[in-house]
Order: sequence, then structure tokens, then C-alpha cells
Amino acid sequence: MTISNSNSPLARREALQNRLDQLQRMVEIRGVENRIQKLFAEGHVRGSTHLANGQEAVSVGIARSIDPDDIVTCTYRGHGHALALGVTPAGVIGEICGRTIGCAGGIGGSMHLVEPSVGLLPTAAIVGAGLPIACGAAMAARARKNGRVALAIFGDGTANIGAFHEALNFAAIQKLPVIFVCENNLYGEYSRINLTTPVEDIAVRAASYNMPGIIADGQDVDKVAQAIAGAVKRARRGEGPSLVEMKTYRYSGHSRSDPGTYRPAGELDAWMKRDPIAIFAERLTAEKLLAPGGLEQMQAETDEAIEQVVAEVLASPAPDLVELFAHVSAQSPGGDQRHSFWRN
Amino acid sequence: MAKIWTRQAVLRALDDAMSDDPTVILMGEDVAEAGGPFKVTEGLLAKHGPERVIDTPISEMAFMGVAVGAAVCGLKPVVEIMFIEFLGVALDQLATQAATMRYLSRGRLTTPLVVRASAGAGQGFGCQHSQMLDHWLRGTPGLKLAVTSNARTTYGLLRSAIEDPDPVVVLEPRILYSEREEHEFDPAYRTPLGKAEIVRTGKDATLVTCGAMVRVAIEAAASSNASIEVIDLLTLWPWDRRTVLESIARTGRLVTLEEATASAGWGADVASTVASEAFGKLKAPPHRITLPDAPVPYSGVLEARYLPTPAYVTEQVAALVSTNKAPAPWWRSAA
Repeated sequence: MTISNSNSPLARREALQNRLDQLQRMVEIRGVENRIQKLFAEGHVRGSTHLANGQEAVSVGIARSIDPDDIVTCTYRGHGHALALGVTPAGVIGEICGRTIGCAGGIGGSMHLVEPSVGLLPTAAIVGAGLPIACGAAMAARARKNGRVALAIFGDGTANIGAFHEALNFAAIQKLPVIFVCENNLYGEYSRINLTTPVEDIAVRAASYNMPGIIADGQDVDKVAQAIAGAVKRARRGEGPSLVEMKTYRYSGHSRSDPGTYRPAGELDAWMKRDPIAIFAERLTAEKLLAPGGLEQMQAETDEAIEQVVAEVLASPAPDLVELFAHVSAQSPGGDQRHSFWRN
Repeated sequence: MAKIWTRQAVLRALDDAMSDDPTVILMGEDVAEAGGPFKVTEGLLAKHGPERVIDTPISEMAFMGVAVGAAVCGLKPVVEIMFIEFLGVALDQLATQAATMRYLSRGRLTTPLVVRASAGAGQGFGCQHSQMLDHWLRGTPGLKLAVTSNARTTYGLLRSAIEDPDPVVVLEPRILYSEREEHEFDPAYRTPLGKAEIVRTGKDATLVTCGAMVRVAIEAAASSNASIEVIDLLTLWPWDRRTVLESIARTGRLVTLEEATASAGWGADVASTVASEAFGKLKAPPHRITLPDAPVPYSGVLEARYLPTPAYVTEQVAALVSTNKAPAPWWRSAA
């Protein structure tokens, strides 16, 4: 079993059927995020970034359980999801560095990653925005009778905004083929969940909307995939939406400027003992898919590949002035490049 | 020619658009079973079916976002916001998500959705059901904003908005729903977005207006001794600078008539454009007739005073034309 090596988002997505590729993708996500942090220090990144190191199993577990023409919405903490769904490291790092090689041509930035060819709508910088949009994508899929589903990825902080409740209610009333995936990493921005949310499990809120509420171990990519696959199957059968909660943890603070000092002593260390990459590497070793020492080799090779991508990104230019005016409306420069989901 | 109600023009535009294009769907509170709170969707459920004419919960944030997602994925949703104020709880989906979808995806994803909303004062609905609120949306890159003024423009603007590849908000002055006019429906008729109409020609002043104020302007012009050219802007964003500037070159005087508060009205943009680009043509300072900076009052006595009347407009324009100085608004002495 070898790792696929392709640069097309679609091929990268399809490669995730291979278990070793799944591990490699998790390693890649970790490596890219670490490198982004460094690029920030080096002065190549503007504004802010929101890392999700520690949550790689959620990204890859989702991506391997849905098809490239299923639709995904996601929040600004989306580097890992974008990479897992198929966006190339150059697409992600390039976008964060504001270069034309980026997946949105350097116009969007860290919070707005996009790749229609693998179903990823622009990630949204507004908490809750993606949930109603996923319902609309699901409604369009149902109108086409094509068996496609939509999936909204969001954090535990989103469970307290109106859009969460309105979207779950709407999806349930309409029995839409949509899956709501909550990454419960215990913190909404700088605040621990117990300070903002009167329940420990977000999944219990599904009961109010008469849909299944499922809890999965977000540090175990197989458990994530199993939970998502069940909800997807139900949605494709026309039985309606599900809320799936992933118990996970982010090793970094909320954003670049947050050292995360508000966390209780020992919490981070305890979670790092259940690192999703280590857990999966150990399993693949037991399955004889990964040789002893194979993870370290994979990490070294991946980091080397990321360095090549960084060089490519830094050689890529900033967008031309015309891009500032392009694609504001159909009348703007740039023309209509419209992507059609679902030919059938 | 038949006399038709403006509300019939809404219904006819929606019905014709749905018949012409199977991807058009309608969503909103009580638009299906009940036929719409203003009866502008009556019969559409029976004709086009429950998959295309959809009753929603009282949940604007949800169904506006649903419209965004559905539009990106190939449908053309027409969303009814019963009173424009209800957009407040759904503004993110329209002004932040829909308006930037094309830009962020570099043209690969578009959001061809239409928001229809009843708007405006004059019927005693009080301060939370009577505003125009165009200033919430005007100037948002990626959004277009139009205001209907009669049955003909209602039909024409709605058909154009539904055919537009980008998000369009169509404000329908509620007070016009129950007005009638002579009009023959033509399914091919469109009122183009971004184009103003000269609805009455004149040579002493250009009165630029839109929405329910168009009929106030026409009545004022008809009873004025001055010769007033009346322009119905129709699209508030992006607005038709050329038609306005060409008219100013002929008349030398600008008056805007706005159902908008003085400090936030669209006329400030029109006045500044005219002052900057046609200064040499002006015989008098640009003048704006607006609402006072106050919420819409419920009392019939006060609401009648709050909205500009034809007599007040005639008087204001006459003062500008005869003195070449901008007259003071009525509320300066009343407040």
C-alpha cells in the first residue's frame, strides 16, 4: 500500500479511500497548520488564522465518508477540512498568504477557503452561517432527486447562536438530507463550554428537533467515519437530518493572538495523550499497513513536501489590481465561471 | 385595457416566472396554504405544488440561508419577507453570505436569489412595520436593490430580478398593493435593473424619487406652476447616474423625494453625485425632501404629517425654483 501523490483536489479526495492516505492527510494537515503558524511569524500572513491542530481525525473522517459531489459548509476554522476534502496544500497556504495560487486567488484569506469541485462552499467567517446554507443545498439536492447530501461543520460555540436552532428546526420540518456536525472542542473562542452552554453534550439538543443526536470520539478517525457514514446513509434514504457531535480538542488558542492561558492545568496534556495521529498510526501498524517507524518517515517526507509548496507559494504573485473589481456581480470583470453541481 | 391591482402584478410575475423556469421556487411565511399575508401568492401552491411553493416556520435566518444554499446549488429561490423589518434577523445571510459568494469563489458560485419584501409607511402599522430600510442594503457590493412603483414596474422588476444571476432585493411599497391602474399584462415585459425612467418631462427642476413617492411626485408636478421633470429611479443600487445627470443638464435643479430619514436617505448619494459631476449646470443647490430623523409614528395625524404630501412637495419645489435657495424642511420649525 503506497500513498497517492496527486495535485488535483478530486484525485486527492478519492485517494482517501486508502487508509494510509488517510493517515498521511492527517499528518499533512498538522504539518500545514504548523507551517502556517511559522509563516505568520515570518510576516507572510495578514489578519488572523484559526488553527485546529488536534482535530485532524474529524476532518479526514468526514471527508472519507461523503462523496465529492456532496456539499459541505464550514466555519473559519477550516484549514483541516479544506485539505481533507481535497484542496491542495498550495491552495490553502497560497490563500492564507494572499497569493494567486490560493484556492480563492488570494482574495479570501484564511477564513474563506473554497473548492466547488469537491463540494466545498466558501468557508464562512460568521458563526452559524453555514447551517442554513447546508439546508438549502440539501433542498436543491432533493429537488434534483440525485441522492446527494449536504453537511455543515461547526463548533460547540455555534450551538448557542440562533442559526443553529433555526436550521435544525427547518431541516427537521422539511426532512432534509443534511448532516450537522458539531466539533465540540470545549471552547467557543476564549470561553470554556461550561461558561456558555448549560449542557455538556451538544447532541442532546437534537431531541428538541426530533432528530438523532449522535456522539462520537473525534480523536479516532474510524469512529468519526462510522458516525458520519450512519447519518449520511439515513439522509440518503430520505429519513432526514442528524446531529453528530465529535468530542475533540484544539491544541492552540482560538486565533493567532490567543495563547490559550485560560485552560485549566493538565487539560491540554491529557488531550495530547489521545492524539488522533498517534492513535491512527498505532492502529495502522497493528493492521500491518504501516511499518514500525513509518509515521516518523511519513512526517519527515510530508514536511519536506510542505516546504516545497511554501517555496512555490512565496514565488506566486499577489493578485492583479483587476481582481479587486472582478466577480462582484455578473457585470464585473472576470466573466461567468459558474460551477454546476450535479450534472444529473 | 383592464384595471389591475398592484398585488395582482406580484402574483402574475411569480406565476409566469415559475411557469417559464422550473428551477424557480417560492419560500416564506404563509405563502403556500394561506396564499400569502397580502394575498400575492394565492393559487400558486395548487398550480406549482408543495415542492416549489414552500411555507416556512417564522424563521427568517433559516429560510434566507436556505435560499442562499439552494441558489448556489442551482435553484432560483424567491423569498418573501413579510415586512422588511423582519430582514434584520436574517441580514447576515443576505448581506454577508449571498453578496460575497461570487467574489469569494472567483465567479464559480453564484447566488441567483430574490428577496421580496413589503415596505413603507402610510397604513398605521407603527414604527416596526413601516420602514423602507433600503439604507441597510444600498451600497453592499454584490447585492442589487430595486423599488416598485406601480403594477407595471412591479411585474417588470420582479421578472428582471428573478432572471438576474445575482441576489436582488425588491422592495414593494405595501401601500401600493391595493391601488389599481390600467395595465395589460405582457409576459415579455421587463423593467431593466439599473435603469431609471423619466415618468414626466419638465424644464425647471428634476424631481428624483422612487417607490410610493413616485405618485406623490407626479401629483405634485401636475399641480405645480413650475415645470417639473419626474424620474423614477426604480433601482436604488446600482442607480442610473446617466439619466439623472442628463436631466440635470436640462433643468439645472435637483430635488430628491425620499421615503427615507434625512440622515440616511439615498438622495444624499444622488445629491453629492450631481454636485460633483454637474456643478456647473446647477442654478440652485441640490435639495432633498425626506422624512425627519424620527421613527414612523402610529397616530394617523402624525403619520400623515411624517410622509411628504403632494402639496408639501409642490411648495418645496416652487420655493427652490423661485429663489434658487434650498427651503427649510417643515420639521426644522416643528421640532
